[in-house]
Amino acid sequence: MPSGDRRYILHFDWMLFILVLSLAGIGLLSVISAQYAGAHRTWDALVIRQMIWIAAGTVALLVAVFIDYRAFQAYAYPFYIGTMGLLIAVMLAGHSMGGSRRWINLGIFHLEPSELAKLAVVLVMVRYLREEPPKGGWGLRQMIIPFVLLGFPAALVMKQPDLGTGLVLVLITATLICVGGLNWRTMLMLGLAAILAAPASWHYMKPYQRQRLVSFINPQADPLGSGYHIIQSEIAIGAGGPFGKGFLKGTQARLNFLPEQSTDFIFAVFAEEFGLAGALVLLTLYASVIARGAWIARHARDRFGALLAVGLTAIVFWQVAINIGMATGMLPVVGITLPLVSYGGSSLIAMMAAMGILININTRRYLF
Amino acid sequence: MTALMIGLFGLVAIRLYYLQVLHHQDNVELADRNRIRIRRMPAPRGLVFDRNHRPLVDTRPSFDAMIVPEDSDNLSETIEKLERYTGGENIPGKISDAEEAGRPPYEPVMVVERLGWQQVVALEAHQLELPGVSLEITPARHYLYGQLAAHLLGYVGEVTKNDLIKNADYHNGDEIGKFGLERVSEGFLRGQAGGQEIEVDAVGRRLRVLKEIPDRPGQSIVMTIDLNLQQAAEAAMTGKNGAFVALDPNNGDVLAMVSHPAFDPDIFGGGVKASAWRELMTDPQHPLTNRVTQGIYPPGSTFKIVDSIAGLQEGTLNTQTSYNCPGGLWFGGREYHCWRKQGHGSIELHDAIVRSCDVYFYDVGQKLGVDRIAKWANAMGLGIKSGIDLDRESSGTIPSSAWKQKRYHERWYPAETLSVAIGQGYVATTPLQMAQVAEIVANGGTRYRPQFIKAVEGLDGTITKAYPPKVEARIAIDPASLATVKDAMADVVNGAGGTAHKAKLDDVIVCGKTGTAQAVGANIAPVGEGEGENDKTPEQYKDHAWFIAFAPKEHAKIAAACIIEHGGHGGSASAPVIHDVFQRYFQLHPEAPKPEIARVLEDSPPAQ
Repeated sequence: MPSGDRRYILHFDWMLFILVLSLAGIGLLSVISAQYAGAHRTWDALVIRQMIWIAAGTVALLVAVFIDYRAFQAYAYPFYIGTMGLLIAVMLAGHSMGGSRRWINLGIFHLEPSELAKLAVVLVMVRYLREEPPKGGWGLRQMIIPFVLLGFPAALVMKQPDLGTGLVLVLITATLICVGGLNWRTMLMLGLAAILAAPASWHYMKPYQRQRLVSFINPQADPLGSGYHIIQSEIAIGAGGPFGKGFLKGTQARLNFLPEQSTDFIFAVFAEEFGLAGALVLLTLYASVIARGAWIARHARDRFGALLAVGLTAIVFWQVAINIGMATGMLPVVGITLPLVSYGGSSLIAMMAAMGILININTRRYLF
Repeated sequence: MTALMIGLFGLVAIRLYYLQVLHHQDNVELADRNRIRIRRMPAPRGLVFDRNHRPLVDTRPSFDAMIVPEDSDNLSETIEKLERYTGGENIPGKISDAEEAGRPPYEPVMVVERLGWQQVVALEAHQLELPGVSLEITPARHYLYGQLAAHLLGYVGEVTKNDLIKNADYHNGDEIGKFGLERVSEGFLRGQAGGQEIEVDAVGRRLRVLKEIPDRPGQSIVMTIDLNLQQAAEAAMTGKNGAFVALDPNNGDVLAMVSHPAFDPDIFGGGVKASAWRELMTDPQHPLTNRVTQGIYPPGSTFKIVDSIAGLQEGTLNTQTSYNCPGGLWFGGREYHCWRKQGHGSIELHDAIVRSCDVYFYDVGQKLGVDRIAKWANAMGLGIKSGIDLDRESSGTIPSSAWKQKRYHERWYPAETLSVAIGQGYVATTPLQMAQVAEIVANGGTRYRPQFIKAVEGLDGTITKAYPPKVEARIAIDPASLATVKDAMADVVNGAGGTAHKAKLDDVIVCGKTGTAQAVGANIAPVGEGEGENDKTPEQYKDHAWFIAFAPKEHAKIAAACIIEHGGHGGSASAPVIHDVFQRYFQLHPEAPKPEIARVLEDSPPAQ
């Protein structure tokens, strides 16, 4: 472990670091708004905790910067197996909130292993795909192992049920395989299979998940039930208007009309108070993070680093796309956090650590 | 990947533009509708005064016990105590009704209404034992004199589903006039509810008041009735079933109106108890019916006034027309009795009215024929609605040959005219119509629409709506004929052989006519005054006693009709009621001393 090396400071990716902290700052403001219950109670417990998570996340980020990312190759499978263990533990003795069993109670902290599962899946996929593909790309046979590696955590996560994380696992795996060099015939085949499988998946959905899908197509079918989330979220965003109602002036979140206002629907809280202008700033920040991630992937000094950067960036990209798509009523409701902004320790620390790894990959270009 | 990102984020931006710019206003409205609740606070209902501005109905604070079930740790114990302190019934039922109606958990449920002072004190004293219980003050209707003029004043009640469909600006739980003045003057009395805009959260908890909207209290109604006369009439009718109505013959103002048995209008406000309502609805005496306008009775001998005017006007009768009354009349192979079996002998119109000779009017009727009787009866307001602004007024029945053809598809038999002539048979009238007959004779031929509202007053006391007299019809009665009828009616009360001496007043000449209406199932034989019954006749078969009157004889100030159900003789049962009311009237409005008395007074020393 090199330490005190001036080159870390010199080549540290300040831009990405500042983008990450800006997003976390927006997140903190939004959590304050979401929990606001009048001037006498500004410092809600959740706000204090989010500040702690941001601090802890920053530490995790810095730690991730200083560990040589190539070392992760060795830890990929142990980390994956450990995470699987935690997911099984969740299934057996997890802590339930709001009808899903997603957490492990650690006393001071509820750990959400599905947040770790995203990192674990990225790591093992990249570990597997680091070999150069044969000429013309990977064939179907080589994809068996990645599918198995995806299958276990995806099944466990869906079982919780956490459709959103399961979906993200599938999407980041697909992204990595495509970028990692899949031959086009296999890609076509898999694409067709996915399209054919979609209607069949209806049978495996839980009733509430089907309800959400119906509500997505027609939210007014059950405005106080399953359509409620979408309707209230759209109202909050729309009521924000071009420039927003102003910080702490939103009513949808403060009066609890918005469900899950600190986590899955934090975007609506932000958009109600800061309007279209604020939402575009937020989107630009995310776009910058993703563009920076893509740039790092292109300039990484080895294939493992490049794919790792793609995988981590893909987590951010898909979660942002799904979360905001859901909040604006363009996608059905699936529980998923807005990276770096939503309230939640596991999500925030895992995301900041992932950003640390990205910075790490960028910094190492200059070190070898 | 960057291209995919730009594409997807672009879609998001378009969607945001759609929601936040194009549909901004709609969404602001939806968000406000989420968070702003309007709490309506009903305006105090307008007051009701008598013609001299004495209050009859007002609005007072009513205390209702409310409970938030969630705030009580031991709900059943709290309810048990609440029932003990207030005497409230079925509190758990009211709570579960509110749950079913979708009450949010923080909303209080009204469980005991209209607490008395003792109950309010008991609740205040035991507040600590009653977690979740609170008192709410709402304006409630108060009828100062209880049952007085109940049918005229009417009552209020909670809006029904039907009311809500018909009136868009009413809300669940609002009070609405249901009957009588309360109903017909609803638009003036109601005022405009105020309210508060309250910010609520998603579970309906009230957080703060955003805006106060002041209410506009209802306007006041000044009635035409005179509390003194009304009280005199109520007192005179105490313990009797029947109806009394007094009119001002110069404009049609209702001066007093009584229908007995009555009801207590207070019990309807704030949710009548189901048992009390059922009792009123099923009472065989029909206390909810306004007998003055809805009760129909054969007018009996009071109808002879109509016969007289019809005959005089048509020329089939003059003041000298004389018929012989041997105690009965043979017609169509059957004898029609006079009430006086020994007969009245040869008798002229004046005496025939004074002594109420049935045979004389059989002859008058025969001469006229039913259709001419009907024509004049209709002209005097019988068989048609008076137009008084009260619901479900009866028009009564005045038969004619056309009417019988239409109704029974049968021709008119001349014998039936005999019954009509003495106000029996098919003839049916309301007490209000008979008061109008007295009014028309009193004022010489004008029939006014009876009105019981004098004016509507705004909050500052200015008159916002006046009710000028409305002439429904004028009939030109020959002055000589009119004088004959009036003379006879004066002698009914004041003359020898008159049937209504009990209505006589010392200083004022009262004119009147008695009548007896057969109750269903009573004697089959035609009945005039006095006979055909005795004290052994069971109550339900006793005849209804009529008296119609006006006073003074010239320039009359008051006209009235009274019917006492199963009262027997008009002269003994109904005349005293009119006597009491007229006496009260002339105490309050003394007649100018008669010229000869005035001369005496001039010689006396000035009174102190």
